[in-house]
Amino acid sequence: MTELVVKDLTVKAKDELLVDRASISLRTGELVALLGPNGAGKTSLIRASLGLERAAGGNARLDDQASDEVPPKERARKVSYLPQERPLAWPAQVRDVVALGRFSHGVTLGKLSQPDADAVERAMVACDLGHLAKRSVDTLSGGERAGMHCARAFAAEAPLLVADEPTTALDPRHQFRVMDLISRFVAKGGGALVILHDVQLAAQYASRLVWMKDGRITADGPSAETLTAERLEETYGVKAKVNGLRIEMEGAL
Amino acid sequence: MIQERWLIPALGVAGALAIFAACLIGSTPLPVSRVVAALFGGASEGDQLVVWAIRLPRALAAYLVGAALGLSGAALQGLLRNPLAEPGVLGVSATASLFATVSLYYGLVAAAPWTLPVAAIIGALIATGVLTFAAIRTVSVVTLILIGVGLSSFAGAMMSLLMNLAPNPFSLADMINWTLGTVANRSFNEIGLAAPFMAAGAGLLLWQRRGLSALTLGEEAASGVGLNLRRQRLCTVIGAGLATGASVALAGAIGFVGIVAPHVVRPLVSHDPARSLVPSALLAGLFLVIADIGVRILPTDNELKLGVVAAIIGAPAFIWIAMQRRGGRD
Repeated sequence: MTELVVKDLTVKAKDELLVDRASISLRTGELVALLGPNGAGKTSLIRASLGLERAAGGNARLDDQASDEVPPKERARKVSYLPQERPLAWPAQVRDVVALGRFSHGVTLGKLSQPDADAVERAMVACDLGHLAKRSVDTLSGGERAGMHCARAFAAEAPLLVADEPTTALDPRHQFRVMDLISRFVAKGGGALVILHDVQLAAQYASRLVWMKDGRITADGPSAETLTAERLEETYGVKAKVNGLRIEMEGAL
Repeated sequence: MIQERWLIPALGVAGALAIFAACLIGSTPLPVSRVVAALFGGASEGDQLVVWAIRLPRALAAYLVGAALGLSGAALQGLLRNPLAEPGVLGVSATASLFATVSLYYGLVAAAPWTLPVAAIIGALIATGVLTFAAIRTVSVVTLILIGVGLSSFAGAMMSLLMNLAPNPFSLADMINWTLGTVANRSFNEIGLAAPFMAAGAGLLLWQRRGLSALTLGEEAASGVGLNLRRQRLCTVIGAGLATGASVALAGAIGFVGIVAPHVVRPLVSHDPARSLVPSALLAGLFLVIADIGVRILPTDNELKLGVVAAIIGAPAFIWIAMQRRGGRD
């Protein structure tokens, strides 16, 4: 089993406290949603957890090794990290972009080894991208691009996945599609930590919700326990009614 | 892909043919048979001298300089994720030629010839280092190109200062040659001095090329898939600095070569920066050899400088590529 365990992690940018003694964990077999308003420190928390950003205090361990001491390649074989989507630098081919997910396995574009080619193929099929393999990335729709990035993450065949807002800017159908892909990954034995802005979507898919505000973790537990009207009010400043896992947003406070 | 498989062999053959063609041209007309004989032994001493001491080194110098600049351009474009990045545009060549001029001016080269490539390489590394430092701090490529413009202007100003202070018209002419860029009158000695540095730079760039593919995803996602970003930056900067500096030591500042070749090559290699390196080098080498042939056969009173011809072709291409770019990619 692979696990990411973060204890009392603090991240600072100059004098500003971005993450304040946050503790969070991710194991294979669970889908964790990290929730919080803009500027809560979610991205900083996951970056520092993976050793991509320097922490000012606390520790993050990936399988009992300090995250920032794990060599990049080894880390990438344990955790696929999908940052917020940015436009690609070149109009590359879809299959090449998916193959880059196997960079840590030593992939060379244009000359895939058999195991690499197989993994890329499996990931493309899982994400229903087979027909787009030869297409140039700049001809894809937003939904197709999101699918491509998921496939890229799955191609790594790492046990853990950390995704930063993978559903942002997608229509409802594609939001569900991406979450379906991620929960299928978890059902097959993976573990996923996903930053989401859609609380309803998070409650529907996640086995655990982690709530964050002003750099601090305010709650961590199963949706049924942590999803309350008070928490929505306190976290996002919205008035809402909660009925089981169903949320009815009424407006800003 | 079929086109991709034939790209490198085709460019290699074209390059060899162009170098051979360059050996045919000159003030003494030599027919093909005598040039072949001179190249592979069995020609008169005079023919051998013309081909081996004058024409072949000049053509080879043009090819190597072009290849080094094309490779550096393709690698810098991959690293900075921008098709406008190029040693000339980014001020790397100008800084290298300033340092080379200083080493000439103060007579270091007369004392020890190897100080010329070393000085040019130090200049190139300083410029690439400044650019990379800026690239870490800013995401805007416009800023980076403006810094390149600043580096070029500063190197240009310092060069003017040196010319201003030049003790005699001969050193002045020397310095002008240096800023304009030429491969006229190069010998195998000069090539031998620059070639090891070029080879080292090229080796470093090719060794680390896989990371350039990953950078297609952007720096954040590239780190996510396991790229050691710091090492990638360092190796690309040092590799491009070595190759560019050595090419400046051999031919002076020749701009825009490194921008045209990768631009032509990219669509043929699925826009993968790693796969664009070798074809870009071969194409840029071919381009400079052909441009140098052009320089020699154009009926002008003063022979045109290679760098001038390269810029006349390259600068409009640069403007065209810049205008093709869609907004929002920066």
